[in-house]
Amino acid sequence: MEEQVENPRAPVIEPGHTFGSVTDKISSIVLTRPTSNGWFVGFGVAFLLTMMLLFAIAYLFVKGVGIWGVTIPIGWGFAIVNFVWWIGIGHAGTLISAILLLLRQSWRNSINRFAEAMTLFAVASAGIFPLIHVGRPWLAYWLFPYPNTMRVWPQFRSPLVWDVFAVSTYATISLLFWFIGLIPDLATLRDRSEERWKKIIYGMLAMGWRGSARHWHRYETAYLLLAGLATPLVLSVHTVVSFDFAVGIVPGWHTTIFPPYFVAGAIYSGFAMVLMLAIPIRKVYNLEDFITERHLQNSAKVMLATGLIVAYGYVVEAFMGWYGGNRYDAFLLWNRLHGPYSFFYYMLLICNIVIPQVLWIPKLRTSPVWLFFISGVVLVGMWLERFIIVVVSLHRDFLTSSWGMYYPTRWDWMTYIGTIGLFLSAMFLFVRILPMISIFEMRTLLPEAEVKE
Amino acid sequence: MKRAKVYGIMAEFDSVNSLLDAANRTREAGYKRIDAYSPFPVEGLAEAIGFHHDEVPLVVLIGGLIGGLTGYLMQYWISVVSYPVNVGGKPYHSWPSFIIVTFEMTILFAGISAVFGMLALNGLPMPYHPVFNVPRFAFATKDRFFLIVFSSDPKYNPVEVRGFLERLAPRSISEVPD
Repeated sequence: MEEQVENPRAPVIEPGHTFGSVTDKISSIVLTRPTSNGWFVGFGVAFLLTMMLLFAIAYLFVKGVGIWGVTIPIGWGFAIVNFVWWIGIGHAGTLISAILLLLRQSWRNSINRFAEAMTLFAVASAGIFPLIHVGRPWLAYWLFPYPNTMRVWPQFRSPLVWDVFAVSTYATISLLFWFIGLIPDLATLRDRSEERWKKIIYGMLAMGWRGSARHWHRYETAYLLLAGLATPLVLSVHTVVSFDFAVGIVPGWHTTIFPPYFVAGAIYSGFAMVLMLAIPIRKVYNLEDFITERHLQNSAKVMLATGLIVAYGYVVEAFMGWYGGNRYDAFLLWNRLHGPYSFFYYMLLICNIVIPQVLWIPKLRTSPVWLFFISGVVLVGMWLERFIIVVVSLHRDFLTSSWGMYYPTRWDWMTYIGTIGLFLSAMFLFVRILPMISIFEMRTLLPEAEVKE
Repeated sequence: MKRAKVYGIMAEFDSVNSLLDAANRTREAGYKRIDAYSPFPVEGLAEAIGFHHDEVPLVVLIGGLIGGLTGYLMQYWISVVSYPVNVGGKPYHSWPSFIIVTFEMTILFAGISAVFGMLALNGLPMPYHPVFNVPRFAFATKDRFFLIVFSSDPKYNPVEVRGFLERLAPRSISEVPD
């Protein structure tokens, strides 16, 4: 087969690649590349953190939620802060795989696979928190409507029940979307593996995919429909999460700006996580040909745009506190600016609004080091945002006699950092055993895939 | 010794355009039971081999309708019939509150229908298929394109089909044992 070097259509893939070279480059990372010492060190650290998570949860099950910092009036401490943070991070994966597919943004093809994996692992990390926060986690299945001898059912006028449906649907659809995208690539791995056991495992997962034109036709229809279904779903999930707050009457929660502002914040933090993963991955696995400066730049632009929506949300919250005439809302604003947690509010403004503005400088939008740093700042900022929403709103509400303070304990921190370990362990395993870039979708971007009329 | 049955005759092509061209010419030559294999979805290839009826959208529609109805009726039955609880004087049948779960159930059922409907219509998972008996077929998931005329085609004649495929200038031709 002759090399095709002409027609560098777009820098989504560096010119000079063919079907064969794209296939080999991505599949060899999984099939032939030896596992490096760096991988073992990284995975080892992440795995130890996961063990710490299991230890913290085991101790929680023995002792109960009293080991955490949650008290009345702050009944929703780290557990809910971290839940919202993780769910939000997951949103970028679905945005990239579904919404950008519908918008025909073909540059997404090189980052959608690991962004979807990121979604799954983030949702898994998020899902732990409400389950262990319910107090009697062995009864967490009561959240689902199932026929039982007590003859009781969930109360469908409660946003917490909506959240159960939204998050479990989101987890299921994300898993299906990720798996359906993997099928043709698993077939590629099956056909490229040298060892018999790999052929058998990948072969079973590929389910006998053979790339028939009939199959591709139905496959594309299903994939497109799934993207169409996932698009309203991803917008609804963080909307429903925001309802957990907005439907309550606590000052600082009871606002109509919450759904759009939560969704924008979710995408903001999600793209920050995508960049924090993509930048080291493309460096370590030499994937700069496929994850190019254009991807970094586009992600930075999405971050800048959603960051401004988030900033607008902060402005509206503050404005309504001042202009709305409700003394409790006005006090909430005062308490954010001058109360005991004011340091975190200013940090939040610096991390989420001030520092990301440097992304207006085009040079920084293509600089991996700067983007990595800014993404880290945004992730911290978005975590602080949820802390402000949950803790600062709860700790001083209507009655001064019921005010209190919230101090996270070491168990709170161990659980939180443990879920980061769980997330990273899963990512480390993913890049070793599955193709982290969608091979068949990359093929469609090559000039030789163009059909002549 | 029993003579091996033949599943079809397969031709291998280098490029997507030669496969499309070959598929069109094979269909126009009157062969009905043919198939084409490519390492990525190719626009127009399904039409070229005479495939027109894609039932996936219908399956998804039915799945979504069932999901939505299940979601709403479940909430209605639970909140009004089986376990009515007065919460803040709100009506038992608080339909605005039921919209979210209805929506999520619609998406859930439609999405599951899309994936499993697609797999079922494609006949997957399929542990064995004769085309994998051709060693070169391993490249169908990398950079090669294949066209097959099945032996079940009414016009099938081993010599004629082979001769016809050879005129399409393929890279190689192989007989697919069943």
